[in-house]
Amino acid sequence: MRQARAGDWVRIYRKVISAEERSPQIPDDTRATELGMWVKGTIQADGDIGDHVEVVTTIGRRVSGKLIEVNPCYELDFGEFRRDLLDIGTQVRGLLKNEVETDGK
Amino acid sequence: MASDMCFSAVMQRKNAIMKASIGIDYSDFETGGIAFDYEAMMRETGYSLKEMKKIQREAGVGSTPLLEMRNLTHLSRKMAGKPGKGARIFVKDEASNPSGSFKDRRAANAVYHAKRLGYGGVVAATSGNYGAAVASQAAINGLNCIIVQECYDSQGAGQPEIIEKARRCEAYGAEVVQLTVGPELFLTFLSILEDTGYFNASLYSPFGIAGVETLGFELVEQTRELTGRIPDMVVCTHAGGGNLTGTARGLLAAGAKDTTVVGASVNLKGLHMASDRQFNRKSFTTGHTGFGIPFATKPDRSDVPRSAARVLRYMDRYVTVNQGEVFYMTEALARLEGLERGPAGNTSLAAAFSLAQELDEDQILVVQETEYTGAGKHVQAQLTFAKKQGVQIGFGDPKDEVVGESIVLPEGPHLIRAVDVDLDRLRRSYIRNACQEAQCNGVSDQDVVFLAAETRTTQTFVREMLNELTAT
Repeated sequence: MRQARAGDWVRIYRKVISAEERSPQIPDDTRATELGMWVKGTIQADGDIGDHVEVVTTIGRRVSGKLIEVNPCYELDFGEFRRDLLDIGTQVRGLLKNEVETDGK
Repeated sequence: MASDMCFSAVMQRKNAIMKASIGIDYSDFETGGIAFDYEAMMRETGYSLKEMKKIQREAGVGSTPLLEMRNLTHLSRKMAGKPGKGARIFVKDEASNPSGSFKDRRAANAVYHAKRLGYGGVVAATSGNYGAAVASQAAINGLNCIIVQECYDSQGAGQPEIIEKARRCEAYGAEVVQLTVGPELFLTFLSILEDTGYFNASLYSPFGIAGVETLGFELVEQTRELTGRIPDMVVCTHAGGGNLTGTARGLLAAGAKDTTVVGASVNLKGLHMASDRQFNRKSFTTGHTGFGIPFATKPDRSDVPRSAARVLRYMDRYVTVNQGEVFYMTEALARLEGLERGPAGNTSLAAAFSLAQELDEDQILVVQETEYTGAGKHVQAQLTFAKKQGVQIGFGDPKDEVVGESIVLPEGPHLIRAVDVDLDRLRRSYIRNACQEAQCNGVSDQDVVFLAAETRTTQTFVREMLNELTAT
């Protein structure tokens, strides 16, 4: 079975501008890389990761590119526990302890 | 989309694409020299303040609460160390807008206008909250929406804050086009406009900027109602200039002519905004000097021929704060005022905490925005990401922060200090850029009048500056 079936929601990547064709005004480190683009959409035919495929986006645009992910999800989080942030909270509460209590009376 | 974009071919069609996608012929306002008719261009919006209020009200935008930060005011007074010092700090809670930031005001107007003109969709080039705002307003108006973001470095590492904004845009049904670092994003943007025939919901159109005027107007009305005074100082986070320009115009419309308008940006001095390697070495993707200074000194660098955001016309002071100071204030805001808000929107709050100490106790300082927070777009997530990029994080004196290398959280709130940027230096730089851009041999009297208005200086100042330029 192919990794993506027609009708699946996928993410594709395509090269927009190759490193050689990049704007001369940009910094050297950026000029050494290609301008890449990621788009999500519904894949139009079965395909595997790495295949050149066509998708239709939420608003109906057809875009083609390399299939890189099927059922792409968000992997955002709140990061690691940070002791320093807890300490800031304790510090500002401590500095205002008397005032805050006075206000409450 | 047009796959094989030839840089020069697309750029040659730039003016035609722009004109078709925004419905303004900018040449109507040109004089042929440096000058153009800014106020005439602003009138082109065709909307009065009253109409804008109505459009925004119907879109669920605006009328956000103005909240007094009593505990932060107390803390700031303690830090002032002088009796009688420390203005009352108020915050306009713009996070209460539908998509979570003041950008809804800009988007409401732009999308309304697009619909009225009969466009089938809107496109915006933005990695910021504006994308979510346009997507949200497009959803309300039943228009298609495409947001073009600069999001990843060449290794595919994305700024968590930008990825969260992409998620929001998609939640509202927008198509999000994400790109690696580089100004050629503009090419992709132009190409999408050309292919779709959609409206360019530029951040810098007259509609977009005028949409923020309601913010300035509201905050004066609310301050008057709560305190019986008009604000003595309003602090605006400054990046592309629309926030400050629109707010200041709204203040003037409300009669607050004596209010000091301060721009505040996160200091990112030394980082190149188009550098692939430095892209993820910063923890703020907007509201920083990397946009703030170039957009102040050369406003016409955006996705429209003439930007409606022109901060030097309105800014009384421009200050910077460091990343660590903004993170500290974000935490303090949650712990002392019960408001968990996004860090970038607290840039002006960090500056305000310091600036309030210069003012008297009976004076009023208004911070004119907050923004939403969430996974990715959160102090903890951003510090975690910074650490992964090799940035050192610790307590100390924020003035020792080395941008791209370290984030220094202040050891105590007494170390939070807004640092003034020399506005005259920016004004000179503006005049130099304007002359270079126009490649002018001579500057007409009309140009001098224009440059004086643009820099809020005098014709004498401009002429002296022009003489200096000729001499060098």
